[in-house]
Amino acid sequence: MNGLRDLYTQQFKTTFASMLQYRASLVIWMIGHVLEPLVYLVVWSTVSRAEGGSVGSFTTGDFAAYFLVMMLVNNVTYTWIMYEYEYRVREGGLSFALLRPVHPIHSDIADNVSSKLITLPFMLLIAVILGLFFHPTLTVVPWAIAAFLPAVLLAFLLRFFLEWTLALTAFWTTRVAAINQTYFVMMLFLSGQMAPLSLFPLPVRTAAAILPFRWMVSFPVELLLGRLTPVEALTGILTQIVWLAIASVLLRIVWRAGVKVYSAVGA
Amino acid sequence: MTTPVIHLQSLRKVYVVSERESGIVAAVQSLLHRQTENIPAVDGISFDLAPGEIVGFLGPNGAGKTTTLKMLSGLLHPTAGEGTVLGYTPWKREKTFLRQITLVMGQRNQLVWDIPAMDSFELNRAIYRIPAPDYKRMLSDLTELLELGPLLRKPVRNLSLGERMKCEIAAALLHRPQVVFLDEPTIGLDVTMQRRIRTFLYEYNRRYGATILLTSHYMADVEALCRRVIVIHHGRLLFDGDLSDLVQQFTAHKTIVVQLGDCLADLHSYGEVVSCSDGSFTLRVPKAQTAHVTERLLADLPVIDLLVEDPPIEEVIERVFAQGSP
Repeated sequence: MNGLRDLYTQQFKTTFASMLQYRASLVIWMIGHVLEPLVYLVVWSTVSRAEGGSVGSFTTGDFAAYFLVMMLVNNVTYTWIMYEYEYRVREGGLSFALLRPVHPIHSDIADNVSSKLITLPFMLLIAVILGLFFHPTLTVVPWAIAAFLPAVLLAFLLRFFLEWTLALTAFWTTRVAAINQTYFVMMLFLSGQMAPLSLFPLPVRTAAAILPFRWMVSFPVELLLGRLTPVEALTGILTQIVWLAIASVLLRIVWRAGVKVYSAVGA
Repeated sequence: MTTPVIHLQSLRKVYVVSERESGIVAAVQSLLHRQTENIPAVDGISFDLAPGEIVGFLGPNGAGKTTTLKMLSGLLHPTAGEGTVLGYTPWKREKTFLRQITLVMGQRNQLVWDIPAMDSFELNRAIYRIPAPDYKRMLSDLTELLELGPLLRKPVRNLSLGERMKCEIAAALLHRPQVVFLDEPTIGLDVTMQRRIRTFLYEYNRRYGATILLTSHYMADVEALCRRVIVIHHGRLLFDGDLSDLVQQFTAHKTIVVQLGDCLADLHSYGEVVSCSDGSFTLRVPKAQTAHVTERLLADLPVIDLLVEDPPIEEVIERVFAQGSP
């Protein structure tokens, strides 16, 4: 365990140092992460006002709160590993990872977390500033805030494991972009990034409850905003744990198979 | 005999490559049924390396050198045959095995591009779990031997190719591997830098008793470092033995350089005239006739100076590759 802690610390330092070399691209990434929810927020606020102040159970202020929290949760849980892997496999960077006596996922997690630590303060600041303009309705539910932390941590891990596994398709095909695109579209609808899931018709809501997408993004948001009952919150966290278990088994299987393919066709 | 550090027995690696003709019709056809071809990159290679040996691994491009090195370092799974390195089966990639070996690829980088090499070194220390005192000692050894001092604090992207290679090699050796695989470690480097790296490898081998297997297209590397060479071609072993024996075995000729003062004489009757410049003829003669031809030259012509040499090693190697088999 000590060795892993040392590894994470060093990887943090490395990522910090190299990210600070690319401040401009960091800013561009952040702008993307702000713009997307901002567009949905503007659209839904407009719709809400046109409808006389609310859509379904969401008032204009609820939409503001939803998309601002969504922006933060998405920023905390997103990964870029799927873009990275194709490049790694194609350019042979993975060979170095395989030569090392440690599972490559550790570097990736540490890398991801450290970049989040850099961007999070700025994202919080942006959220506060946007809040001044959009007047979010925030209700403070103490138990929900407490439950939010494990929920967001589980969401992060689940999304990381699933996207890491998906990224491994680069072992089998060079057409990863098509697979990624499909995934992103499903993510957009079923994770609640484009609209709160409760506004969707029942079939979509059911799909979202079964599939992992909601549990990676929207669930912690709903939780923090006090839109869930304690039972729903608890069931949600349990669902996250089940999905995380499934994802980690999947990751193990796909990783093994992928390395086998990689070492068969040439590294 | 001591137990070999590296042992290969009939190792084979066959790549399955899909192939098709160019053009749209062929592209559509290949969608329907894919034609594949089996390419044996390594076709039954056996050899042993004793502890502390430095061996040159030679062959033209595509001979199977890199494929072999990748199998030995655990990156590739062989199609058939067996192999052990330090008693481990490399392609099982056990952690204890990976901690004792390294693979340096001259055309690929492991150092993080945007930060000083020193930071990548620290990361490797953590990855390989090198105890602090060992790391400190090894770092200072490597810094001294490779003259890394001022380079360690600069971002890697600001280093020259040679400087970067020195840092790459250092990063690969921080955990003091007992077995070192080097794939073209001096490629693209200038003569001075090549020599520096050569000297370093020699010193590393001497100090730590590491076993080194290296490929290089620069025969100077091989001549300077390796008493023994292994030559492969088309995935098969052509030669395994002393470098000097390779020269003996593959050259039927010797070179005679004879200085006459001008290039006017016709020396065709003595042997193949390779060139003449500044009054100095270079002749190639069959090995068996060397003494006889030399005698005749000295008797017939106003010879100022005369020199009998083995052909340069590059030429020998070229001949080996061209022949394919002895």
